[in-house]
Amino acid sequence: MHALFFHGQTLHLLPSGALHWPAERLLVVSDLHFGKSERLARRGGSLLPPYETRATLAKLDTDLDTTKAAQVICLGDSFDDDAAAEGLDEADTLWLTRLMAGRDWTWITGNHDPGPVSIGGSHRAERAQHPFTFRHIAEPTGFAEISGHYHPKARLAGQSRPCFLADRSRIVMPAYGAYTGGLWCHAPELTALMAPDALAILTGSRALAIPMPR
Amino acid sequence: MTALPPSLATWFATKGWTLHPHQAQMLALAHTPATLLIAPTGGGKTLAGFLPTLAELGPTPPPGLHTLYISPLKALTADIRRNLRTPIEGAGLHIRVEDRTGDTTYTQRRRQRADPPHILLTTPESLALLLSYEDAPRIFQGLQRVIIDEIHALAESKRGDQLVLQIARLQSLNPGLRRVGLSATVENPPALAQFLAPETTILQADPGPDPDISMLETDAPPPWSGGGGRYAIPAVLNEIARHKTTLIFHNTRAQAELFFHDLWLQNTDSLPIGIHHGSLSREQRDRVEQAMSAGALRAVVCTGSLDLGIDWGDVDLVIQIGAPKNVKRLVQRIGRANHRYNAPSKALLVPANRFEVVECQAALDAVRAHTLDGEPRGPGPRDVLCQHILATACAGPFNADQLYHEIITAGPYALLTSAEFDACLDFVATGGYALKAYDRWQRLKLTNGEWHLRDPRTAAVIRQNLGTIIDIDTLKVRLKGRFGGTPLGEVEEGFAASLIPGDTFLIGGEVVRYEGLKELTVEVSRTPGRDPKVAVFNGTKFATSTLLADRILEIFQADSWPDLPTHTAQWLSLQREVSHLPDPRSLLLESFPHDGREHLVVYGFAGRNAQQTLGLLVTKQMESQGLAPLGFVATDYATLIWGIDPVIDPAPLFDVETLRDGLETWLSGNAVMKRTFRSTAIIAGLIERSHQGRRKSGRQATFSSDILYDTLRRFDPDHLLLQITREEALRGLIDFSRIEALLARVGPRITLVRRPRVTPLAAPLFFEPGRIPVHGQGRDRLAADAAQKLMEAAGLA
Repeated sequence: MHALFFHGQTLHLLPSGALHWPAERLLVVSDLHFGKSERLARRGGSLLPPYETRATLAKLDTDLDTTKAAQVICLGDSFDDDAAAEGLDEADTLWLTRLMAGRDWTWITGNHDPGPVSIGGSHRAERAQHPFTFRHIAEPTGFAEISGHYHPKARLAGQSRPCFLADRSRIVMPAYGAYTGGLWCHAPELTALMAPDALAILTGSRALAIPMPR
Repeated sequence: MTALPPSLATWFATKGWTLHPHQAQMLALAHTPATLLIAPTGGGKTLAGFLPTLAELGPTPPPGLHTLYISPLKALTADIRRNLRTPIEGAGLHIRVEDRTGDTTYTQRRRQRADPPHILLTTPESLALLLSYEDAPRIFQGLQRVIIDEIHALAESKRGDQLVLQIARLQSLNPGLRRVGLSATVENPPALAQFLAPETTILQADPGPDPDISMLETDAPPPWSGGGGRYAIPAVLNEIARHKTTLIFHNTRAQAELFFHDLWLQNTDSLPIGIHHGSLSREQRDRVEQAMSAGALRAVVCTGSLDLGIDWGDVDLVIQIGAPKNVKRLVQRIGRANHRYNAPSKALLVPANRFEVVECQAALDAVRAHTLDGEPRGPGPRDVLCQHILATACAGPFNADQLYHEIITAGPYALLTSAEFDACLDFVATGGYALKAYDRWQRLKLTNGEWHLRDPRTAAVIRQNLGTIIDIDTLKVRLKGRFGGTPLGEVEEGFAASLIPGDTFLIGGEVVRYEGLKELTVEVSRTPGRDPKVAVFNGTKFATSTLLADRILEIFQADSWPDLPTHTAQWLSLQREVSHLPDPRSLLLESFPHDGREHLVVYGFAGRNAQQTLGLLVTKQMESQGLAPLGFVATDYATLIWGIDPVIDPAPLFDVETLRDGLETWLSGNAVMKRTFRSTAIIAGLIERSHQGRRKSGRQATFSSDILYDTLRRFDPDHLLLQITREEALRGLIDFSRIEALLARVGPRITLVRRPRVTPLAAPLFFEPGRIPVHGQGRDRLAADAAQKLMEAAGLA
């Protein structure tokens, strides 16, 4: 776990790729991409192991359990597309419902899942919770902003890992879903977005902070 | 006997050519269903394969494909086309010969489908593509003969398994199809014959004179360890000067680079010497090939990239640096010298270290005794079968029963059960998952008893992914600031990722400094005269073959060694005095203290990969027995383990059941498994190849196959692809079968010799690179240290 002091608040960046705000008992995850394997199959692509939804749910279950979070924000692209939300199988839907029960749960709209889902919780384009703004895609002028979308990843000691990016203005979260690729930190979109002194906080078995590779 | 067309016979006569006996025999055997011709290099083997075709086609053949020629190398098809043109045009025959490879233009390929030539020269991959088109039956209609060149090279890999499946397909389309296999180096002719077809006639040509081979004598004895053979450079330069053209073979690209670099430093006469290996850019290799055929080079330092194929220039000497590890490869390389029938090839072996002197002697003995090595390959791999089923579906609907019966006519798949076939078909159709099937989104659907693609548009993507060669992701290396300039070569992505600016490495014989990564290019600058950080290219690390290892153990049993250089003979005598020499009937272990640590040497002679696996498994056992192992290092012959406590009772460490259990646990999270899974998943069609173009734009869309591997292991551990992955890993890099064979052979005869100090045979092991530390949390610790350093460097810690 990497503790980050950001706009007067202590945030915990977890090795799993979730962000925990202890003062608010709030857990943030981004880019879950539930139902990705089914969407690929539907489009005539490969038949990938159809287990990514339960792998992601299992991880989320553990994080909710350890953090005892009462609020959850999913930062968009929670479902690989709107049809994937409807196509979730029964066991997975039940599991998700169980996780949502008793929690204040917000689905932020992403570019993959523009429509609201029938699963419950509240649906927002973005959410402000002082001092932060939570949205899917970072805005160039964003301030105290926490977003997802880019799936940043970085390499350290020969291994590539999803990572958080953090500077004074914003945090970009790694993708939390099991079947998600990544965009190298040194991609122009990310180097343009982040300040020169930004940090990359790698996920994995431990959260490790390094200067953002560029 | 089929007669040659008169004009061709006349043309041969005017050229003063007479047929070799085996060429005439090939004409006589023109109507046998399958023939395997084994003839030495330079014996007109390829022409022998084509003579019946030329005879049958005659001066004015009707249109349509008559003969399909398949070669493992693209370059070979172009070469053969030029060679065939000479007699065809010389005799005024109206026979169309064309090649078709990945380099053939789109227009040309389209025209070939519409109007096939009489003789089509191609590779297994291009054939797979042709067969996947709906009009395959029309393209191949009337096909009479298929010729497979260098069939032994194909039979060793999945390319060969794929090829025989395709030939089974062609045979169903043309029941009268006749097969011909051509090869110069075959260790087991009946097995290769079986691979070609169920009933094959073997035709063995006169093998020609024995090669003239020996060990290169040098002033300085070889060093105790290492693999470069650089001590021999003065003697090698001397030989280059005495011969017209010399090929200098190395076992790895990195060694070739280092040797080439040092060769030039000592090349005071400025003899023109080039370098050729698979990591160099196409342009650079072409330049060397051209210079060589023009006779402008006196020597070429090379790797397996010149093992097969085209005859360039007038090579009169082959030098093999480092023990050849495998007799068949050595014979193939020797054959590169003197491509003239009835003249002996000349070759010199240069052992890289003291141990390899014995291995080189064993290899010389084996070549002189005409024994070749080769491990039986086992049944045809099922990932290739999955791809074949998918490709078949691209060509059109098929009946599962018929396809199964066609497949079991292919040698490697003769023993495939219908249950195994069904599992592969189920994988292709539904993904084959235990918990949930893609009912609505199956890849193949069954309609009226025939399987077909659910969505015909997917055929295009499937075709792009055909083939069994898996490229390791590589990055081009360019001089900084020279965009569009010629790249120097390519390095593995993993190697590039391990570089930090300022690091130096060798490529194309020059030392370059790593400057940075720009998009998908490694940018470097020239730094003459610096010592390079060793380049870790993806050159294969060969393991010594069982045949050679057995011969080395035999040499050890002699009373004295008059054939070996004195320094080596004395070394072995000393070992016999101080301890024992390993023998084939038992497993010799030595234990001694050294430098404050306890050491254990396991002389398994099982080849590098198996000795490495043995090191991992035995240290694991030692760990659980509280013997505190600290690390180990493996060579082709032995594993050296060091730790805090001595091993007193070795037998429990080598119990095969315990080792196998250890293997299961260790394998699951192992990088070898993940790498193997990736290849298997690509071949079987679960994931697509990463194309350069798509990699650029793919970004978040693509994710690593490691994730799929982990997910499958967690939720579906018995899945077909995991079964295949385990099979592959066990016979490839992990090579557990050789450990099993070793332990079965020695039974309870495990001898532990305790000595007060390092023994002569063990001494070289202390200089071996590639020492592997034993620790559980190692990787995390490395990463944490690296992160700490970076933060400190940035002033953030």
